[in-house]
Amino acid sequence: MTELLRVEGVTKRFGGLVAVKDISFAVKAGEILGLIGPNGSGKSTVMKCIMGIEKPNAGSVLIDGVNVAGWPTHRIARLGVGLVFQHSHPLQRQTILEHIKLALLPDSLLMLVADHGVTKRAEEIAERVGLSRVRNRLPRTLPFADLRRLELAKAIARNPKVVLVDEPFAGLTSAEVADFSDLIASFRADGHAVLLVDHNVKGVAALVDRVKAMYLGEHVAEGTAEEVMTNETVRRVYLGGKIETASRPERKATGGTPLLAVNDVGVLYGKATALENISIRVDEGEFVSVVGLNGAGKTTLFNAISGLVPYSGTIQWKGQALSGMTAGGIARMGIVQCPETRELFGDMSVRENLELGGQHLSVADAAVQLAWLFGLFPRLKERERQTARTLSGGEQQMLAIARALMMRPKLLVLDEPTLGLAPVILEQLSKALETLRQTTDITVLLGEQNVTFALPHADRVYVLEHSRVVWEGAPDRLAEEAGAGLL
Amino acid sequence: MFRSRTFLLVVPALVVMALLPLGVGGYILGLLTLAYYYAVFAMSWDLLFGFAGEVNFGPTFLIGVGAYAAALLNHYQHWPIVACLAAGSVAAVVAGVVLAVPALRLTGPYFGLVTLVAVLLLQNILVLFAGITGGEIGLDLPDVLAIDDTTNYYYALTFMTVSGAVLFGLTCSPVGLILQASGQNAIEAAALGFNVTKHKLAAFCISAFFSGLAGGMLIFYLGTASVGTVVDIAVGVNVIIAAVLGGRRTIIGAALGSIFLIAAGELLRPLGQLSTFVVSAVALVVILFFPGGFLGRLLHTEGSE
Repeated sequence: MTELLRVEGVTKRFGGLVAVKDISFAVKAGEILGLIGPNGSGKSTVMKCIMGIEKPNAGSVLIDGVNVAGWPTHRIARLGVGLVFQHSHPLQRQTILEHIKLALLPDSLLMLVADHGVTKRAEEIAERVGLSRVRNRLPRTLPFADLRRLELAKAIARNPKVVLVDEPFAGLTSAEVADFSDLIASFRADGHAVLLVDHNVKGVAALVDRVKAMYLGEHVAEGTAEEVMTNETVRRVYLGGKIETASRPERKATGGTPLLAVNDVGVLYGKATALENISIRVDEGEFVSVVGLNGAGKTTLFNAISGLVPYSGTIQWKGQALSGMTAGGIARMGIVQCPETRELFGDMSVRENLELGGQHLSVADAAVQLAWLFGLFPRLKERERQTARTLSGGEQQMLAIARALMMRPKLLVLDEPTLGLAPVILEQLSKALETLRQTTDITVLLGEQNVTFALPHADRVYVLEHSRVVWEGAPDRLAEEAGAGLL
Repeated sequence: MFRSRTFLLVVPALVVMALLPLGVGGYILGLLTLAYYYAVFAMSWDLLFGFAGEVNFGPTFLIGVGAYAAALLNHYQHWPIVACLAAGSVAAVVAGVVLAVPALRLTGPYFGLVTLVAVLLLQNILVLFAGITGGEIGLDLPDVLAIDDTTNYYYALTFMTVSGAVLFGLTCSPVGLILQASGQNAIEAAALGFNVTKHKLAAFCISAFFSGLAGGMLIFYLGTASVGTVVDIAVGVNVIIAAVLGGRRTIIGAALGSIFLIAAGELLRPLGQLSTFVVSAVALVVILFFPGGFLGRLLHTEGSE
């Protein structure tokens, strides 16, 4: 079989950060290679280098023997590389069929009327990916899975020699995953070379012929899925040290006024109930976790506490009602929320982001706080001068938490800090939280759907389900009493 | 469906416009003539903003180059009007390419800023070389399109209809589809094998051609070329407001917006200085609350099952 894609010694630097370091691999016709690595491993950058979206600093990218390193994207695409994007950004006013037709058009300025064959071909492709039912609908009326199908359809339309697929199964249900696996396998059957880029081996193991693992921009292992999964370095990168349930000396319940008391709070979004009769309490120095699936109401609860949404019932801070206070006023009192969307200043450096968080501190205090945070998150120290936008997802999360801590909160509200992060990052976050718990008197309210992450860091746990609190208690009792629905 | 609905709206409107000279006076025809030229400015601008996804803050750069090239050739060389118009259009396209080739390498708001600076430069040059260009006072032209209101009106209506048909047809064609894809997500368009810069540059040239030609037609209608009518930033702002008011990415909306702006300015004339304020306030409200403009909702299908 001929080698359709060969990556040789590709290196990509962003400023001082080496995102990809001397990576080499090859994919033959009719073969699927999985390129895996945790967040920030550089796998997406490799993919972008192949597609020409990023220009590699060194090395070569051979497409069927032609070195395309440094070429503009559209020429690489025309030579026979297709990219299935993870997030689709479809045109708003064109139907599904028109999108597929677009992918079939030549790059010509004189194409004023598409010939009839194009429509016919587009319909065939829609049929193949299972979109013919909805071919005349607009993208925004379609569910996520259909938009991913559309991305596949566009790749099929270009009939590329090399197909790059970015996180093929992200956000899909198991039934949809099976469909997509079949479609991707059909690329292989047609003799295309396929590169799947994903977080972990398990997701793609059934589909790939070989796997290459990366970590922090470097090659870690290559082989069959089986071999890579048993590789010791890979295991260490992925599984890290086990997250342990660190219990700490029992804190005496203060018994007095809780730091935060949420009583009978309800929130309505229009007519939809987002929260119903929620009552929780957080005592000074406690780590309280609120666990629940997506849409259970965690973020809404936190937004109510931060004064960002109107609510019924009362929320008290040290016995004093918070209703009527502005979000800014609540933050100044010491309740600092670190939202799941992170809300970093993307064009500012890590240091500038942190300094903004410490605006209200004196220069000397801010310096002390900054030094402490760099100790807590050594990765941020390394990236001090880098702009926040260029950080990996895990690093951005660390920065978001660090920035919140710069404000010296009394109560830190963390909303889904683990969202979309690889295990190795979870471990680092976990360590940082544990340090906070052991060495400071900060109070933390953590919202998580990742129960295994939430439990070790909790003195008490609330389980939120369909806008209500359905269980509360100590973390070690959760598994037997409420675990069935969660773990 | 898109087509048929558009035609149902546009064809009757054009018939009414064509019959207007039978019923209204010269003054109103004069206003509408002006509005139709503005309509071409705005439609050309929408091709860039709505489809290529580039905000050209200086539509009057292209308009002005076309208009003044035509005016200078007519004033000094006494070329016939048709030759002047052709030369003006070519000049606008050349100036557009000279501006766009470097500017399209920039991303985000920088493209817009370059186009804005270009207008200021053009305005300054025209004022600096007042001896040749007539400066602030303007350059009077030996020739005019016609002296009769009705004839001028039909010139403008025909010109607007043809330009609109060409621009609208273009946006419905495969090339228009590629252009939209390039404008909305350049990386994805490039990954599909389209040379994004080439398509945007082509759109810029087409926009420049119609802007320059319309600028030339306008001055030959007015009989004089002046900075205040074809170059001033305020003219450009009106063009932009007209296009956004009418509905982004619709082409025809831009024409509607232009006619509305000029008609509203006239109806509110009794308010004096206040009229500009009222028109601007209406524009602001539409942009804030109905970013789709007049035609945003009307023209676009919701897709079918």
